[in-house]
Amino acid sequence: MAVLELDNITGGYGETEILHGVSLKVEAAAVTVIIGPNGAGKSTAMKAVFGLLRLSAGRVLLDGEDITSMATEQVVRHGVCYVPQTANIFPSLTVEENLEMGAYVRKDDYRPRMAEIYDLFPPLAEKRRQAAGTLSGGQRQMVAMGKALMLKPKILLVDEPTAGLSPKFRGEIFRVIQDINSAGVPILMVEQNAKQALSIADRAYVLVDGRNRLEDTGPGLLANREVAEMFLGAGGASVGAASGVNGSGAGSGAGSGANGA
Amino acid sequence: MMDFINFHLMPGIILGSIYALGGIGISMTFGILRFANFAHGETMTLGAYFAFTLIQLTGWHPIAVLPFAMILTAVVALGIDRVFYKPFRARPAIMLVIASFGMMLMIRSAIQFSWGVQLKSLMPGIQRPYILFDALRISPKHMLIIGSALVLMLAVHVLLSRTKIGKAMRAMADSPELARLTGIDTEMVIRATWVVGASLAAAAGVLLAIDTHVETMMGFKLLLPVFAAAILGGIGRPYGAMAGGLIIGIAEELSSYAWIGNEPLLAPGYKAGVAFAIMVAMLIWRPSGLFRGKVF
Repeated sequence: MAVLELDNITGGYGETEILHGVSLKVEAAAVTVIIGPNGAGKSTAMKAVFGLLRLSAGRVLLDGEDITSMATEQVVRHGVCYVPQTANIFPSLTVEENLEMGAYVRKDDYRPRMAEIYDLFPPLAEKRRQAAGTLSGGQRQMVAMGKALMLKPKILLVDEPTAGLSPKFRGEIFRVIQDINSAGVPILMVEQNAKQALSIADRAYVLVDGRNRLEDTGPGLLANREVAEMFLGAGGASVGAASGVNGSGAGSGAGSGANGA
Repeated sequence: MMDFINFHLMPGIILGSIYALGGIGISMTFGILRFANFAHGETMTLGAYFAFTLIQLTGWHPIAVLPFAMILTAVVALGIDRVFYKPFRARPAIMLVIASFGMMLMIRSAIQFSWGVQLKSLMPGIQRPYILFDALRISPKHMLIIGSALVLMLAVHVLLSRTKIGKAMRAMADSPELARLTGIDTEMVIRATWVVGASLAAAAGVLLAIDTHVETMMGFKLLLPVFAAAILGGIGRPYGAMAGGLIIGIAEELSSYAWIGNEPLLAPGYKAGVAFAIMVAMLIWRPSGLFRGKVF
């Protein structure tokens, strides 16, 4: 059974409909990736999970349980953790305080978990007393992920973790996401950097204009001609796309220009 | 030189510590609930009147009744939030601002109705100042005011830096949406903010009343300098508000010092204008506060 399932989600903000019947499943232990052009509703689909959207139809299921109308805080308490693309840390709090906030809903001792997070992100251990807002973009992303992991989440949702990061940090973030996943946490990730993201995806969805367009395994989509034309910047070069799995993702339109604020 | 310290710097520090206490509440309400609370001045007035009544009932010293006045004021603030502000929480912030404006008028009228409009005093009689080092004059009540303000600010510091709810308050001031997405119980943080803001406002009102007297417009007159303090320190930054309060208080008092010649630089009647001028200047040139870039 899928850990998380979006079933025919239709809705948006205010009067504007952004999603027109999006469905997807995140299977246990899998990395699931959503790609799609700007404005396709990728991030919006994630926000639907947290009740941040006005839905006119559709359901969100967590382990088969309907959480569609659950309050945001309750969704988090159920073990669904989210790393937004921007504004994903508390800048005036120290690194350690950010992690503590990540454990806010935990009543037990979270210290051992914090030690594990510092092991996963060694640079954070050195800067634990420093205000998170003073860190570099890559380190902030580590704080954001570390904060989300404090709960030992049932599933982790990550929105464009590499936006605005240098290629070096991008590789590192992807490596960490794979580490987290191999520790048993299913992951749903939205990513602009399609080539790298698909290369680690067990399952991938392409959204266009708020609708499901394609669905396959990561390598399957990498080899898909339409995906190659849309995202990999290689008109008709599907062979190149398939063999470029370990490339740096150059030319995939990853640089959204965001500075990871 | 001693005149400068005794009649300008010391009163500035005293006034500044009162502004600082008021400023913390304004700044945190703005940071966490995202609206400018016009009723904050009246909250201060209410605290002073509670202290007045408690003194009438018990005959205790004003500092002894201060904690109880703070608790009563906090309870009233929680009630007001539940009944008047909570229904507006999901609405545009301007509605909360207008609601708080209405609340300001309602609290003031309720005070005038219950206690009357005559001046009252918390500490009757004139106190002889202590004279330290043959020159530094400070009256016992002023030492009480500065001491109490210091203790309260220290308590706020401990709350914000050592306790889970205090850290959650700072987190929510940084980003309410991320606080929700992190699983922080935001309604609880909001209640904690009202408790802290209202009890410090009550303390500011009581300390001002110890220094001067109790009257129904006292809090409203504090509102402008307290807003100026919050803006100077950066909205949503309690430590900034403390610093901002001290700076505004001292600037107001120093503005009437005879810097040039023997006449006051600014007639004392224009003191309130100093806070206003600082606030306007900050909003034009550094709207994010004096400590922009530094994170507390």
